[in-house]
Amino acid sequence: MTTRKKNPIWAFFASVKLALFLLFILAATSIIGTVIQQNQPAAQYVKEYGEKTAHLFQTLELTDMYNSWWFLSLLGIFSLNLIVCSLERIPNVIRLVRKDNLTIKPERLAKMRIRKTLTLPLPLEQSVQRVADYLHGKGWKTTERQKDDGILLFAQRGAWTRFGVYIVHLSILVILIGAVIGSPTFARKVLHNEKFAFKGSIMIPESQETNFIYSFTNGKKIDLGFTVHCSYFTIDYYANGMPKTYLSKVTILENGKPVPLKDGSTVHDLKVNKPLTYKGITFYQSSYQPYSDFLTVLVNTKTHEKQSRIIAGGKQIKSKMQPISFGIINQEVRGEAVQRVKIWFSDDQADPAIFWVNNGQKAIIKRPAGEYELTVKQLYATGLQVTKDPGVWFVYIGCGMMLLGLFVAFFMSHRKIYAFIREEAGQTTLIFAGSAHKNKVGFEKVFSKLIDEFQKQMV
Amino acid sequence: MNSSQLFGITTLCYLLSAIFYVALLVFKNKKVGTIGLGFAIIGVVIQTVAIGLRWQESYQMGIGHAPLTNMYESLVFFAWCTTLFYIFMEFKFKARVVGAFVMPFAVAAMAYASFAKRISQQINPLIPALQSNWLLAHVITCFIGYGAFAVAGGLGLMYLLKKSGIKKGKHQDSFTGSLPELKVIDDLTHKTIIFGFMWLSAGIITGAVWANEAWGTYWSWDPKETWSIITWFIYASTLHARFTRGWSGSRIAWLAILGFISVFFTYFGVNFLLSGLHSYGAS
Ligand code: HEM
Repeated sequence: MTTRKKNPIWAFFASVKLALFLLFILAATSIIGTVIQQNQPAAQYVKEYGEKTAHLFQTLELTDMYNSWWFLSLLGIFSLNLIVCSLERIPNVIRLVRKDNLTIKPERLAKMRIRKTLTLPLPLEQSVQRVADYLHGKGWKTTERQKDDGILLFAQRGAWTRFGVYIVHLSILVILIGAVIGSPTFARKVLHNEKFAFKGSIMIPESQETNFIYSFTNGKKIDLGFTVHCSYFTIDYYANGMPKTYLSKVTILENGKPVPLKDGSTVHDLKVNKPLTYKGITFYQSSYQPYSDFLTVLVNTKTHEKQSRIIAGGKQIKSKMQPISFGIINQEVRGEAVQRVKIWFSDDQADPAIFWVNNGQKAIIKRPAGEYELTVKQLYATGLQVTKDPGVWFVYIGCGMMLLGLFVAFFMSHRKIYAFIREEAGQTTLIFAGSAHKNKVGFEKVFSKLIDEFQKQMV
Repeated sequence: MNSSQLFGITTLCYLLSAIFYVALLVFKNKKVGTIGLGFAIIGVVIQTVAIGLRWQESYQMGIGHAPLTNMYESLVFFAWCTTLFYIFMEFKFKARVVGAFVMPFAVAAMAYASFAKRISQQINPLIPALQSNWLLAHVITCFIGYGAFAVAGGLGLMYLLKKSGIKKGKHQDSFTGSLPELKVIDDLTHKTIIFGFMWLSAGIITGAVWANEAWGTYWSWDPKETWSIITWFIYASTLHARFTRGWSGSRIAWLAILGFISVFFTYFGVNFLLSGLHSYGAS
């Protein structure tokens, strides 16, 4: 310890002044990134702030400041400060927790702030027994030791709560470690394994599939190791026109075979706030893209023959179900979203059928030669955000530790009760004393109540 | 009766409560303070009913959700938390005049929610991003924290006023005489900050978990998140300054005020002042 203390570097990092300074600097510099917009194209800054200022921003990395070398260094120094400062103090805490409290001189009790003296008309041994039993019954397990002129009893609770602070400090480190483990930059530059942790996105048009995504950091493809198929995408609206639900139906395929997931089904409803995780990779519903093409499904209700195709608007196609041909000859559009389409349908018998049908709604077409169901739906691509973050559990555990540690540090304390019992002329004098390392006022009340109740029991 | 009428009555109660508390400060008549407390309690009860009613109204509109989803609702909830926290504190610590420094916050929040043009009182359905149980956990934890910090800020202000009153020698006769002892205010400020810090931490954590559920990133340094962590740093330094360097009194009082300014900025400033720069301004 003493040699360590002399080491100036150690002393520097063990200082609480440094901690206060760092907390202040972190708070102050963090403001910069909320005033200067982050991660915009370089030209944007030139336009907004002029050539020179923009150059300064680039040099100081103010345009991506939370990932800049200097901000990360600050966090590094902060962590080091936290580690050294805690290591410096933990041995002391262990000593306090392990301490033999029975070595205290009985005279000291009379000087403690929280204390009370009683007399009992009992011999020493019985008195000691009474006190020990009573305290034990109240959850204070006592130890005792013979002193020169009497017997000292001691009980303590919550000694371990002295570690609460260090749980908080450790939790911050656990969170930071989790952040590093889950960082795509760390995976790429340090582990040289992009697949370890990444963030990216992919657009999958309905009826299509993909086995890769595009990385956010550099736009490169990242192989998923399995295939994701999107069969359907839709948006629901509230009556007032606000969007209610974005929903994609997706299937995970391994070697071309659909994989059933937790709920047993192979088709999963992917919604905002309802992501899908497979093999540590999580898919989030994040955007969509409407197309001018249509997804069509034609079913012959008698033979159950079924055929799906993507067709462009304004085009007529020949179906594989001979001799049917059909096409979309008109559409009603609101914004980018198709509301209704006008269908032309012919099976070479009688006049072709021409009718309007709502987007995505099933139309039943009765012809002399048979009956068909036709669904025409504007084609959408679903935009998925895809992340792999193996550090997230560290972060969550760290968060839990922090809340637990804060609770212990703030609302619990290490409390001690002493009782010194001495025999004098057939009576015993009892000196009770107590201490708490926090919330002393609260403990004083508990102490008084405890001793008052004892006194009442004895009379 | 609908919820907005009840919110109107609530605002009135809080205003009366604030007036009586200020009168207590000036006239030092205990009865006046009891009336102030009475109005605060009536206000909070009516407001509780109003919040419940608004909740029910949203169900009648077929878009049922807890009334904690936009600026108007959060302001109302902030006033509710602040008042409730204050009433609890008054019963526990018997420091009545503190109301003169706290109830104005509740009045300001209610009045701003009701009268500001940019704030819509409509009950709107939830967009997909907000359809999560984490929304509730997040808003409730944050606002309990904000309520406590508002009280701590009021206590800080009170401390500084009393201290400057004592310096000027206007001890017993002026209104500073009716304020609690400096030591008592200091202790209450510290306890309140501890309570707030606990909830702010929980608020930031629930927000992070939600963000991770919704778009796969628990922390993205957006201005709101960043300001919440700035606020957290400020209170962390305040606590450390106190228990490791023995700071107390005026310095902690100033930090309590600075902390509340930061809370205020996290809550409003980010939406309104930085909205010129950032697309997610309104909410
Ligand atoms: C933002 C980050 C931090 C948080 C949230 C935090 C939290 C806490 C908490 C809750 C306590 C206990 C308060 C109490 O006893 O009532 C504490 C105590 C303490 N912290 Fe921190 N801390 C942080 C950073 C640091 C750093 C970087 C240092 C490094 C020097 C540090 C050094 C200490 C010390 C020395 C104590 C007093 C321990 C004792 O009781 O002897 N803290 N901290």
